[in-house]
Amino acid sequence: MTDARIVPDRLDTRASRLLRSWEALLLALAVAIFIANAFASPYFLDPWNLSDATFNFTEKAMIAFPMALLIISGEIDLSVASIIALASTAMGHALSLGAGTPELVLIGLGTGLICGAFNGLLVTRLGLPSIVATIGTMSLFRGVAYIVLGDKAYTGYPEAFATFGQGYVAWVVSVEFVLFWILAAAFAVLLHVTSFGRTVYAIGNNPTAALFSGIRVVRVKFLLFLMTGLFSGLAAVCLTSRLGSTRPSIALGWELEIITMVVLGGVSILGGSGSIFGVVIAAFVLGMVTFGFGLMNVPGIVMSIFIGVLLIAVIALPRLIARLRPHRHA
Amino acid sequence: MKLVPTLLASAALATALMAPAHAEDQKRIAIVAKALGIGFFEAAAKGAEEAAKELGDVKIIYTGPTDTTAEGQIEVINSLIAQNVDAIAISANDPDALVPSLKKAMQRGITVISWDSGVAPEGREMQLNPSSTPLIGNMIIKLAADNLPDGGDVAVLSATATATNQNAWIAAMNEVLPNYPKIKVVATVYGDDLADKSYRETQGLMQTYPDLKAIIAPTSVGIVAAAQAVEDAGKIGQINVTGLGLPSEMAGHVESGATKSFAIWNPIDLGYSAAMIAYNLATDKAEAKAGGEIPMGRMGVVKLDDNTEGAMADPFVYDKSNIEQFKSMF
Repeated sequence: MTDARIVPDRLDTRASRLLRSWEALLLALAVAIFIANAFASPYFLDPWNLSDATFNFTEKAMIAFPMALLIISGEIDLSVASIIALASTAMGHALSLGAGTPELVLIGLGTGLICGAFNGLLVTRLGLPSIVATIGTMSLFRGVAYIVLGDKAYTGYPEAFATFGQGYVAWVVSVEFVLFWILAAAFAVLLHVTSFGRTVYAIGNNPTAALFSGIRVVRVKFLLFLMTGLFSGLAAVCLTSRLGSTRPSIALGWELEIITMVVLGGVSILGGSGSIFGVVIAAFVLGMVTFGFGLMNVPGIVMSIFIGVLLIAVIALPRLIARLRPHRHA
Repeated sequence: MKLVPTLLASAALATALMAPAHAEDQKRIAIVAKALGIGFFEAAAKGAEEAAKELGDVKIIYTGPTDTTAEGQIEVINSLIAQNVDAIAISANDPDALVPSLKKAMQRGITVISWDSGVAPEGREMQLNPSSTPLIGNMIIKLAADNLPDGGDVAVLSATATATNQNAWIAAMNEVLPNYPKIKVVATVYGDDLADKSYRETQGLMQTYPDLKAIIAPTSVGIVAAAQAVEDAGKIGQINVTGLGLPSEMAGHVESGATKSFAIWNPIDLGYSAAMIAYNLATDKAEAKAGGEIPMGRMGVVKLDDNTEGAMADPFVYDKSNIEQFKSMF
């Protein structure tokens, strides 16, 4: 582990080259899956069906973008799905007190922000390893949702609120799909164009060096946790709107699917490298695999195996290539 | 670098091979489980296949998510809508969260019913319950009485004192008690659905009522604990433990003789009936309206109440003659 922690620093130029080729591979994979699906099922190439299929990944991707930044900076947040549960429960509670659509959205986003701040404080102020801190808050946030709701559910969200998860901007283009592209563009700019993005890479590659270079490491990390919380709140708004109800088991297990999306997108789980473009393609790959297999009624476990193999390939491939290179340091 | 294209090619090939060959005139009925890999639902699928064989022009699509989540079922429903199946019969993981997507299915002309675990009325045309409160109440006292031709003292071991289901069943049992004049219910105790408490309550019953002839436990936790307590006290043959239990958990106690017979729904019949109802509704041979009747093949007809819910049949009785067949299912 300590050995691997040093590697990205040394690998940097090589890694960036690999990264570029990985994204090309991923894109080829996405196209191939699309073509395979089109051939395998007569129902695949239907605009409405493709539109329905985007719901398989849009909400998860909303969290995957800030999560990518967080992982690049060397941290992780495992509590995101539980933040959805807590934010959705808070919205449901507000609904039962008579809140309207704008209030519901603000409460969803606000709850996400507070949860993110809490995670950020645990990691940056108390110095807890993020994986441990967020395993804790993962149980905590969902636990609170269970205490509030038990086996009950909040239902009866207003019509206007349904727009977020069930509405369409034009023809088959859903509100969520548009949000997905806006966020993809915004996060791509943030990570790849701004100086903030450069600091995220710097911290992920070598936090000590980043600190000595004058980067406010603690503040950047806190902001990243805040962002992840906020967009988990946004995902909660969309998912709650799509389901039209809240139960404490909402979005159960999503944290791993979101991290899968990020890692499949070529973001190094050790931090320091990755791109938003990769995450966007990975979102499509995962969404299309799920939908395509679903169209053929392939049992879900086969999908899980397929995605598992993909994921191992992603992590193993760069290492295999590195090992096969004739020129090696001892 | 050839790994991914190879993977892809094999995936595409696998996908192509798995593509279904279906005739256009066939009615495609989807049986959606809470999750795949659960014996109860596999058995229901078997029943649905039986119905398909009987009907001839029906193809059963048995599917479901990998985990028992509403989000997983929504992905499955979306893919079924995309395939334009004729009917969806679902056992729901969440009565409310599935409503928006099932409504969409109905808008696109798909017949939607729920079975086992129901969906809120606006999200389905009818709900098939495995049994009903009066039928269960009658069955549990009948199970005790059938093995007591000379009558005698009988006690009830329930779950918690506030358990809605158990209280309703016991109330229904008390209503039909006059039909069994030789049976005397001497006590009702509560094991709180905890194995150890149920065990101790059973020991208490045996001490307080030395003439006890049968214990009725309408809970799957209680019946196992009671049977164990009777076995440990060496009272096999003297006290018959009966009620509602799962074949997999009760097989040993039926074998030992502590339990002569017990009841629970038969998942094969349930799947069969769900498929029959879905077929009759999809082909307009019947209509799902309050107070209406829908034929379900060898299982007779289901009568719908004001909530368009109906009960399939008496709970199915399990004893030495059939426990072997069912114990591996659920």
